[in-house]
Order: sequence, then structure tokens, then C-alpha cells
Amino acid sequence: MSTALLIEQLLNGLQLGVMLFLMAAGLTLIFGVMGLINLAHGSLYMIGAFACAVVASLTGSFWLGLIASLAAAAAAGAIMEVVVIRRLYDRDHLDQVLATFALILIFSEGSRWVFGSFPLYLDIPPVLQGAVSLPGGGQYQLYRLAIIAVGIAVALGLYLLISRTRLGMRIRAGESDREMIAALGIDIQTLYTIVFALGAALAGLAGALVGALQSVQVGMGEPVLILAFVVIVIGGIGSIKGALIGAILVGLIDTMGRFLLPKTLALILPAAQAGMVGGALASMLIYIVMALILAFRPRGLFAA
Amino acid sequence: MIARETIINTILALLLLAVPLIAMAVGEPFYITLSTRVAILALAAVGLNIALGLGGLVSFGHAAFFGIGGYAAGILATHAFNAEPMLFGVEGTTSMPWIWLVALTVCGLVALPIGAISLRTSGVYFIMITLAFAQMIYYFAISWPAYGGEDGLSLSVRNSFPLINTAKPLPFFLICYALLLLAMSLFALIRGSRFGAALQTARQNDTRLAAVGIAPFNIRLIAFIISAMVTGLAGALFADLNRFASPSMLSWHMSGELIVLIILGGKGRLFGPLAGAMLYVLFEYTLGGITERWQFFLGLILLGVVLFARGGLLGLLAGKARHG
Repeated sequence: MSTALLIEQLLNGLQLGVMLFLMAAGLTLIFGVMGLINLAHGSLYMIGAFACAVVASLTGSFWLGLIASLAAAAAAGAIMEVVVIRRLYDRDHLDQVLATFALILIFSEGSRWVFGSFPLYLDIPPVLQGAVSLPGGGQYQLYRLAIIAVGIAVALGLYLLISRTRLGMRIRAGESDREMIAALGIDIQTLYTIVFALGAALAGLAGALVGALQSVQVGMGEPVLILAFVVIVIGGIGSIKGALIGAILVGLIDTMGRFLLPKTLALILPAAQAGMVGGALASMLIYIVMALILAFRPRGLFAA
Repeated sequence: MIARETIINTILALLLLAVPLIAMAVGEPFYITLSTRVAILALAAVGLNIALGLGGLVSFGHAAFFGIGGYAAGILATHAFNAEPMLFGVEGTTSMPWIWLVALTVCGLVALPIGAISLRTSGVYFIMITLAFAQMIYYFAISWPAYGGEDGLSLSVRNSFPLINTAKPLPFFLICYALLLLAMSLFALIRGSRFGAALQTARQNDTRLAAVGIAPFNIRLIAFIISAMVTGLAGALFADLNRFASPSMLSWHMSGELIVLIILGGKGRLFGPLAGAMLYVLFEYTLGGITERWQFFLGLILLGVVLFARGGLLGLLAGKARHG
């Protein structure tokens, strides 16, 4: 095993982590401020990817597609909030789970209606095509590095937004006491819609960015959604810092587990068996880690 | 005077029995299969209803137990068919009672650690951690090639039951129907027992329960295990119905559907799961006949039920549930 390969896998893990952060940040923000569990967050991710693929293929520009993905996901999020989600804030979690599960069915089947069952493809923009060389002699896709950079920029931007701006102050106030900030004359309904649209836009951005790496298809949001749940459960629901650390942790553990476990087991087991056991174990690894963390810290690492 | 809910419940139970009998008489065996599907899904949801309806434990991972039950049937039957012993030289079997016993035992044993860890949390954490455990088992099933991996596991013939020809649709339906009635009796028994009273108190006010000297954790854990076992039994029957143990039985969509069944019918009610399963299969069959995209409309209906008709079908027909 060479260092280059190891670095490549570490970067892959980081890229997955950063992408999960974009999803988890929105989920955790929505839960923190509105106390709502949103299963349909994966659908917003899918909407972002589809919007980007469609606009990019119509105009030929990935960047216009990216803007479209942000706009489409934010708009879908805002509409969803106004039409459905708003009625769920006072309901118990069971109702929220069911209503957003219903939204998944509607969005998934709806987009299958519009776009068909065949996947769409999205090309990496020319500027970001190609690879950079890594220390140790390996090559790494420039685009994946760009995703990592975008993720870090978003994390920083989100930190500044929440800690330094008036909107951020209102979001924090909403997290600690919603009746109080409503009493202070702040339009809490609009605030909720903005927070929801912001979370949706981040999910849409994640979908568009990943859409260029994988194919864009119905149901692409669901595996990511569940990973994002694992992330926010590990990090502590409602905590953006927890979401960032949880996302990086999950990204690295998942990628490195798939890479290292079969190799490690090959030292003690015959090769074919090691591959099988290692592969099965690696796919369960993050859930095992999550169970361990929750067994000791039932409210996650950075409980709000 | 007999309560309206009792009358409706009796009608539902008789209706489920009548459809296959009539179908048999007029030679439409397809409706027997459809009714069997209703009975099995209702059985799975009765299991979940013990945790969700009585205990307020929103498990979003009951597909794990449904699937484990299915795979128990599939794995035992495969080994018996190939005449090769399993781990520790245990022989496979195609006898339903043995398969049920194994499904119940394994689900109970798996539910113990999952429940013990998950029940340390509550609310959203509980929902997500049960979901994550189910995903863990799902990914294990699709990445473990020995029993079919992503392709699932076919059963070459339906498993057997002493003295009954299970290959015919009607006898198999009657087995499932009998088990459903048995499970509903268990649900009623639990609800009326001291244990059930403690479980419902744990849902409503666990501090008060602890104050009278009963540990809510233990009560919830036992309920979770019983609930998992009943759902696992349904899984074993489901694999026998389709002659196929599929990884999709373990998927999180399945967990969602089980919750949907309960909510469509009416949460925490004895006949809620049955009413929900009947409605669900009816939607699946009628809407599915009109359009391939029937789940789109299912989503709309579900959204409507959650937002505007919180008591489900039974709530609509029989008024508010008497047990809060």
C-alpha cells in the first residue's frame, strides 16, 4: 500500500464528509430552530441535482446549472415550508416523519413522471477537469478537491452568518426561545421560511456538486439522507459544529473502512473470505460507530 | 349496547375472512393472495403497534425485524433444500412451526441489544437510531454474498405445515389469518394487563411511572422485544407468500410503510393495523391498476391523513379512540 493511495483515500473521505456536511447542516439547522425532523431533505438534494443537470444541458454551462440548483432547491424548500411543513411544527415527531415520508413519495414519483427512470448525466466543468499530482506520486481529481474547498467555504460562511449577522442572531434566538423572539416583534414565520430555504439550498448545492460525479437519478437522495441522519445524531442534533465534525468523521470512517478493512483482514483470513467479511463489515462500520457513540453519549458529541 | 368500534372491528375481521372464501368459490385465486398480503402486513403492523401505539416508541427500523424473519425462513429452507447443515451442524428445515420459532427467537435476540442501546435515547434520536440499526442490517444483507446479497434469496417451494397443504392459497391464507387473530389477541391482552398499563403510562408520563417504582426502561425494552418478535413472524410468512426473501424487506421504505399502515388505520387501536393494511393494499391494487406512479397518489393521501384526519380510518368510522 503506497502513501499516494492512502492520501487519495483520505481525500475521498474528506470529500464525502464535506458533502455530508452540506446536507447535515440544513437538517440540523431546521431541527435546531423549528424542532422539525425532515425526511424530505433528500428530495431537495435530488431537486438540486436535476435542476443543475437540466439547466447545464440546455445552456451548456455548469455554472448556470449550479445557480439553478441553488434557486430551485431554495424555492422548492420555501414552497414546501409554506404549504406543508408549517402545519407540522406543533405536531409530534411521528406526524412529522409521516408527512415528510409522504413528501418523499410525492417528490420521487413526481420526478420519475417528469424525467423518466433513466439517469441524467452532468459533466464536470472544463476548468475543473483534470487532476493534480499528490505528494508520493499519485494523481487526484481536481473536481473533488474543488468540492472540498466549496464545503470548507460553506462551513466558514455559515459560521459567519450565524455568529456575525442579524439574521444569524435571530436564528440563534429562535433556537433558544421561539415565543420570546416572536414577542419581540420578529416575524417568526418568515424567519422559519428563510431557514428552511437556506437548508434546502445547501442540500441542492450538494446534489448538484455530486451529480457531476455520479449519475443524476430518482432516489439518489435517500442513501445520503440516511448518512446525514447518522452525522447529526453523532454530532448532536441542532449543533452545526457537531454536524461538521460528525460529517468529516463519518466520511473518513466510511471511506477508510472500505479501503482498509478488507486489507487488514487479509492478514488473518484467506483473501476471498477477507474481502467478503471486510466488505460486509465496512458497510456497517459507521452504524457501529454511531451505536458506540450513542451508548456513551446518548445526545451526541456536541449536544445543543 | 355494543360500541360502534366493536361492530366495525367485527366487520373488518369478517370481511378479511370472507374475501378469500368468495374468491375461492368464484375461482379468482388472485384475491386470496391479496388477502394473505393484507393479513401478513397487518400482522407486522400489529407488532409495531405494540411499541408505537401503546409505548409511544416511534421505531423507524422495524423493517429490520420483518426482514430478519424473512431471511430466517429463506435461510432455513435453503439449507434444508440443499441438505447442507448450517453453522454448528444445525440442519435446515422447511417446517413452518420451526421456522417461526427461529424467526421469533432471532428477532428477540437482535431486538435486545438494539432496544437496549436505542432506548437510552428518546424522541428524534430514537427515530434515527432505530433507522440506522435497520440500515446496518440492510447493508449487511446486501453485502454478504452467501445468502443472495442484493439478489435476495428464493424459496423453491413454500414451507410446510403439519397436516395442511400450504402450497394451496386458501390454507396458507387461513394460517396467516389465524396468526393475525392470535397476535391481535396478544395485543389486547397486553393492553389490558398491568404490564400494558405501565407501558401506556411510560408513554404518557414516565416520571410518574418511575415514581411508583416501575423502571420505564425495562417496560419499554420488553415491549420493544415483543413488538420485534411479532413483526419478525410476519416477515417469515411474507417470505413464504412471495417465496422470496428480498433485501427490500429490510429497507427503510418498509419501515416507513409499516408506520404508514398504523397511521392509515388509527394509531394505538386494536384493529388499526388491519384497517390500515386493508386500505393500503386496496390503494396499491386499485391505484396501481390505473397508474404505475401510484405511490405519488399514496403520498398525497398520506399527507392528507396526517394533516387533516389524524385518527385514521377507524377514527373516521368509529370516532375518537377511548384510550388516549
